[in-house]
Amino acid sequence: MTALAFDIDIVIARPDRQIEARIASQDSLVALVGPSGRGKTSVLDAIAGLLRPERGHIAVGGTVLFDAAKGIDLRPEARGAGYVFQDSRLFPHLSVEQNLSFGMRYGSGRTPFAGAEECAELLGIAHLLHRRPRELSGGEIRRTAIARALLRAPRFLLLDEPTASLDDARRQDILRIVEEIRDRFALPILYVSHDRAEVERLAGMSVEL
Amino acid sequence: MLTPAEWTIVSLSLKVSLVAIAAVLPLAFALAWLLARRRFPGMVLVDALVHLPLVLPPVVTGYLLLLAFGPQGPVGAWANRLFGIVFSFHWTGAALAAAVMALPLMVRAIRLSIDAVDTRLESAARTLGAGRWDVFRRITLPLAAPGVFAALVLGFARSIGEFGATITFASNIPGETRTLPLGIYTALQVPGAEAEVARLAMISIGLSLAALMVSEWLVRRGTRGKGPPVL
Repeated sequence: MTALAFDIDIVIARPDRQIEARIASQDSLVALVGPSGRGKTSVLDAIAGLLRPERGHIAVGGTVLFDAAKGIDLRPEARGAGYVFQDSRLFPHLSVEQNLSFGMRYGSGRTPFAGAEECAELLGIAHLLHRRPRELSGGEIRRTAIARALLRAPRFLLLDEPTASLDDARRQDILRIVEEIRDRFALPILYVSHDRAEVERLAGMSVEL
Repeated sequence: MLTPAEWTIVSLSLKVSLVAIAAVLPLAFALAWLLARRRFPGMVLVDALVHLPLVLPPVVTGYLLLLAFGPQGPVGAWANRLFGIVFSFHWTGAALAAAVMALPLMVRAIRLSIDAVDTRLESAARTLGAGRWDVFRRITLPLAAPGVFAALVLGFARSIGEFGATITFASNIPGETRTLPLGIYTALQVPGAEAEVARLAMISIGLSLAALMVSEWLVRRGTRGKGPPVL
């Protein structure tokens, strides 16, 4: 039996409530849907290791990242997440090129790209390499963040509303890129969205939160 | 222009101040980081102790330094035995007094700049594979750097002006501990030395003004375009 792409069953304690998430999927692209404020980002943070769940376990592609019962809790830098944050979090003191290559030195070397240029080409940001993040538009910032996550040779991708607050054309751009990543690379992808149409277009499986 | 004795005063002031801020920078940074990023028991006390030289009469700070770092003081005796360093009546004592007086200002400036570093950027760097040290080196430190430079300049300006703690702890010895303010004070006691007072005061004003302007420029440069990109 092949390992599940995602095998997650966690309880996250927040001051005001508890967030429970259960995902067990063979499909490599899973959508996490639900209205805002339900804790979708908290689930992604827990998978990336930025937030410690109260109990439960997290395994992606057969690798256990967290298991409260067994005392397993990998550090964020050891989890191999390609995390595209909703607020992108590009490093303001670095150029686009330096942002892209930030995680390359830590990667396992299994990046699907020959180098930053090839990835920038795919994402359509090759002409922006020498700019600073503050000189980019919203769509360019998102594409840079996706490229940065891909270039760190991730073992899985976490995409937190990558189309939020973009106009329709930019939105279509991002969706096409996600489809291309899904089809070209055998990467488990967890895609957070509150847009049903988007989710139906992309995901093999969707989980309501 | 300046007499050889006045040159000695100016160069000694520069040496004392530069040594003081260079030596105290690691401590200032560590304290600033601790106060900005950690919650620990006794934090309020540490914060208060760091700021004490800012509000104590400098002569009291000098007296406390004398008790601790004097030849009979616990730290002074120990430093002398282990490293052969003497503080009292020596230029290193003037540097120590200047460092203690500059510390609160430097901690404040560095702490503000560390506070301004967005921790979300640091966690993004963690997910990209960087360990704690690399995150500090590649994200936190460069983003806080303008504040660190501003702290150095402010500390330097404060050191140049240090008077009370220095004269109490290190005394007023020509060529050894007589820095600019002590030199001006001494000249003021001498009838007919008005010209010397004016020259030394002008140098003092010039150095302080330059330091403040450089520090302001650094802060402005640091905040420009360093905010997180907004979507």
